[in-house]
Amino acid sequence: MTTDLQKSFKEQMDYDELMNCTRCGFCLPSCPTYINSGQNEASSPRGRIALMKGVVEGRIEPDEKVEQQLNECLGCRACEPVCPSGVQYGHLLEQARTVINEHKSYSLPVKMLRKATFNYLFMSSKRMHRVHQLRWLYEKTLAQKLVRASKLLTLFPGEVETMERVVPKTVPPKRLNEWEEVEKGFGKQTKRVAFFNGCLMGTMFYETNQSTRLLLKTAGCEIVTPKKQECCGALHAHGGETEKAIQLAKRNIEAFENLDVDAVISNAGGCGAGLKDYPFLLRKEADWEKRAKAFSDKVTDISTLLASLDLGPLELSDEVVTYQPSCHLENVMKEKGNVEKLLRKVNGIEYVAMVDKDKCCGSAGIYNLVQPKMAMRILDQKMVDVAETNASVIVTSNPGCLLQMKAGIERERLTDSVRAVHIVDLLADAIRKRDSEEGDAHAVRNRH
Amino acid sequence: MLPKEMEQELIEVVGKDRFTSSKEQCYVYSYDATPGFQAEPDGVIRPTSTTEVQEIVRICSKYHVPIVPRGSGTNLCAGTTPTSGGIVLLFTHMNSILEIDEENLTMTVQPGVLTLDVVKRAEGADLFYPPDPSSMKISTIGGNINENSGGLRGLKYGVTKDYVMGLEVVLANGEVIRTGGKLAKDVAGYDMTKLLVGSEGTLGIITEATLKLVPRPEDKKTMLALFSDLETAAKTVSEIIANKVIPATLEFIDQPTLEAVESFAKIGLPTKAKAVLLIEQDGDEAVVAKDIYTMKRLCEEKGAISVTLAKSEEEAFALTEARRSALTALARRRPTTILEDATVPRSKLAELVSFINDTSKRYNVEICTFGHAGDGNLHPTCMTDERDLEEMERVEKAFADIFAKAVELGGTITGEHGVGEMKAPYLAWKLGDAGVEAMRAIKKALDPQDLLNPGKVFAKESKKRIVLAREGAK
Ligand SMILES: Cc1cc2nc3c(=O)[nH]c(=O)nc-3n(C[C@H](O)[C@H](O)[C@H](O)COP(=O)(O)OP(=O)(O)OC[C@H]3O[C@@H](n4cnc5c(N)ncnc54)[C@H](O)[C@@H]3O)c2cc1C
Repeated sequence: MTTDLQKSFKEQMDYDELMNCTRCGFCLPSCPTYINSGQNEASSPRGRIALMKGVVEGRIEPDEKVEQQLNECLGCRACEPVCPSGVQYGHLLEQARTVINEHKSYSLPVKMLRKATFNYLFMSSKRMHRVHQLRWLYEKTLAQKLVRASKLLTLFPGEVETMERVVPKTVPPKRLNEWEEVEKGFGKQTKRVAFFNGCLMGTMFYETNQSTRLLLKTAGCEIVTPKKQECCGALHAHGGETEKAIQLAKRNIEAFENLDVDAVISNAGGCGAGLKDYPFLLRKEADWEKRAKAFSDKVTDISTLLASLDLGPLELSDEVVTYQPSCHLENVMKEKGNVEKLLRKVNGIEYVAMVDKDKCCGSAGIYNLVQPKMAMRILDQKMVDVAETNASVIVTSNPGCLLQMKAGIERERLTDSVRAVHIVDLLADAIRKRDSEEGDAHAVRNRH
Repeated sequence: MLPKEMEQELIEVVGKDRFTSSKEQCYVYSYDATPGFQAEPDGVIRPTSTTEVQEIVRICSKYHVPIVPRGSGTNLCAGTTPTSGGIVLLFTHMNSILEIDEENLTMTVQPGVLTLDVVKRAEGADLFYPPDPSSMKISTIGGNINENSGGLRGLKYGVTKDYVMGLEVVLANGEVIRTGGKLAKDVAGYDMTKLLVGSEGTLGIITEATLKLVPRPEDKKTMLALFSDLETAAKTVSEIIANKVIPATLEFIDQPTLEAVESFAKIGLPTKAKAVLLIEQDGDEAVVAKDIYTMKRLCEEKGAISVTLAKSEEEAFALTEARRSALTALARRRPTTILEDATVPRSKLAELVSFINDTSKRYNVEICTFGHAGDGNLHPTCMTDERDLEEMERVEKAFADIFAKAVELGGTITGEHGVGEMKAPYLAWKLGDAGVEAMRAIKKALDPQDLLNPGKVFAKESKKRIVLAREGAK
């Protein structure tokens, strides 16, 4: 077994990229797991790369501890922007996880769960909708009350129980299709953009998607939302299910590449980064790399686009707001500072930056479910940093971070005084408020 | 493999959580930032106090097992690779700032504190801790003290040794001694503090240090001077110093290094220039203005293409940060980067620069150069591939020539990175055999069992000293 695994490591890992690490250690202070493990070298990017390289070179066996270190990495990729040699750590991690996954014999329940998630559910947006329907029923009927009362979920490992409480209320399934494939912007047309729906964003976070549409239209954008699109595949890629990720990537490129748009807009840092990484994902697929590059060059986060367009005057009631950036938005999409710019444009609120905001919140895809101990240690520190800002609103730019911050608020029992929102929901609130006030003013004027 | 009973005894001292001999842990403490060196320890231990360190030393002494003290493993001389196995001693649980004394202007710290935290803490009290190695965000004070690290501010402010006033040290026999103290003067016996600074973990284990702080300079200005050839830039450095101006920072960067740094930092560095000098002066506003003006004039007189002043603090910070990334940024160019640390009297800088250039051509190897020019300390860095053995041989020859030249010019084989395992074979080139023997005698007296970081500083075999052919005879 071991030797097979080692052989695959040798065959599949990019050795030149491993050599690119000079072990200078500049990545150490940027790594949340290094810091939260009491500075354990094995929990750092430099250490993990050394382990991968050691396995490839046959100096060390890929034993359980090595695998555990690779699993414990958040994949936040904060080590990449600080690396002067430009080591593509995220890609190395994905390669290593793919190899491990190929050789892994999971226990039956885990195997079924992985199959259900990766091969079934997240492979089709239709199935995501069906699950949404089930969730709706769960909330509508007595089921949810019973489950919560019985404390059944506390039996599950990790933070399943907290997470169940913080996911947004399910919108009625029939509303999920309240959008057109092409929608015109309001007023003067500024841009024509395609919208990446996202599998979870299109269902569980449907309201956030609707807010995004409202903002785009307010900024004068024509929106094209191709029906054929699928999940971005980031979850698969990070989980070592590369084949599945490749399939999804190809379907998405096909759905978007002929739309003649200025940009492909994503409102989730994790998905946007997944889309940005398509050229790497498809590097070995004949004829696809170029198409992937043309596609990924267009991928832009909603905050970046909005920061460059005019939304008109924005105002919200007097509150202190802080921001927990999405790691993948900053470290992979390399789009930084735009959410802050947008927050500063909103009158009434005061934006206070928190220390170490560029450190991952511990959500990291499904990390908080599979590595709850480390995730919660990181989250608890994050909540200390939040408290120092005195903010009553924590803004996020990715659904995973949003749920994690909500979980943090629950854990600290702050649900009465602090809330977490996605940046687009916050901005859309300001616009809805403005529209209703203008509506009132309009009505008043008409009466006179 | 450590004897089972020994492991048991170590666990009794620090507990199960802070000692391990797992393969994975031993593997990740087998390297430091030096390319081409690696050796696994037999165990890794994390003490929390001086007493624990003493007990660990006694146990290791009983079983004759080496101890390798390790900070963040960023040294560049193979100083922490456990060449003879043994246990790696980490200070991750001894990383507190113990005291800041504003009356005596000192700070007392444990060895695991990061350099940057010392700098920031000093600034918090409106004081200044000047030593700032490029690695300051990651390096520990313990590492800095044991390598006697320099930094970008060395020219005016000196190096780590100038800021260490007192130490608490566990010796190889398990005894604790305290050297120096919060004293401006102290001649009670040998200056053990200075001896221990730069001792690379071979003479004792530092468990506490009292550092000197100075008042914070009021003002600071940064400028960048561009040159169309390397020698002119180097000559300008000597010229500035000869004109009795001592800037805080005077860094040299050649074109290929500049290109590599720019591709990382993306701040619009002038990659067309063949060489640049990064110059910084701090102090009273009037002095800064005067010195900056003088240096600008000298640069222009010597033939700089342009000299520009950073417009804001942020721009100045970006420039120095970019300079700090030089070594690692260069790694983009080739799989292996080997960097050297030759240092000469400042007046000889231009000579060293042209010699490095010629050497690179002579052996057909790519050498980029940057460094603390004001200290006469250059880092000629070779871009190569450790898998290409033939090329590696040429690289080694080229560096041997550069060492020999540096020594010939009255310089040294290493200015700030230390000897470690990497430069041990060359030590006698600088010290002579008698010099090495004197040092060996000190080591034997303090550590007769050779427990502390064995295999470092002193080589089993010295390299045969190269005598460089005279220019004419070539
Ligand atoms: C990118 C880069 C830039 C650098 N720039 C500079 C620079 O500008 N100037 C410069 O001088 N150096 C520089 N260095 C070298 C290096 O960072 C310094 O030598 C630094 O002081 C090492 O600190 P460390 O904590 O990593 O120590 P380590 O590398 O872990 O250890 C260094 C030495 O100290 C010993 N040691 C550590 N702690 C103790 C202790 N408590 N008791 C006894 N011995 C101990 C070790 O045994 C070893 O011999 C650079 C390195 C890199 C990678």
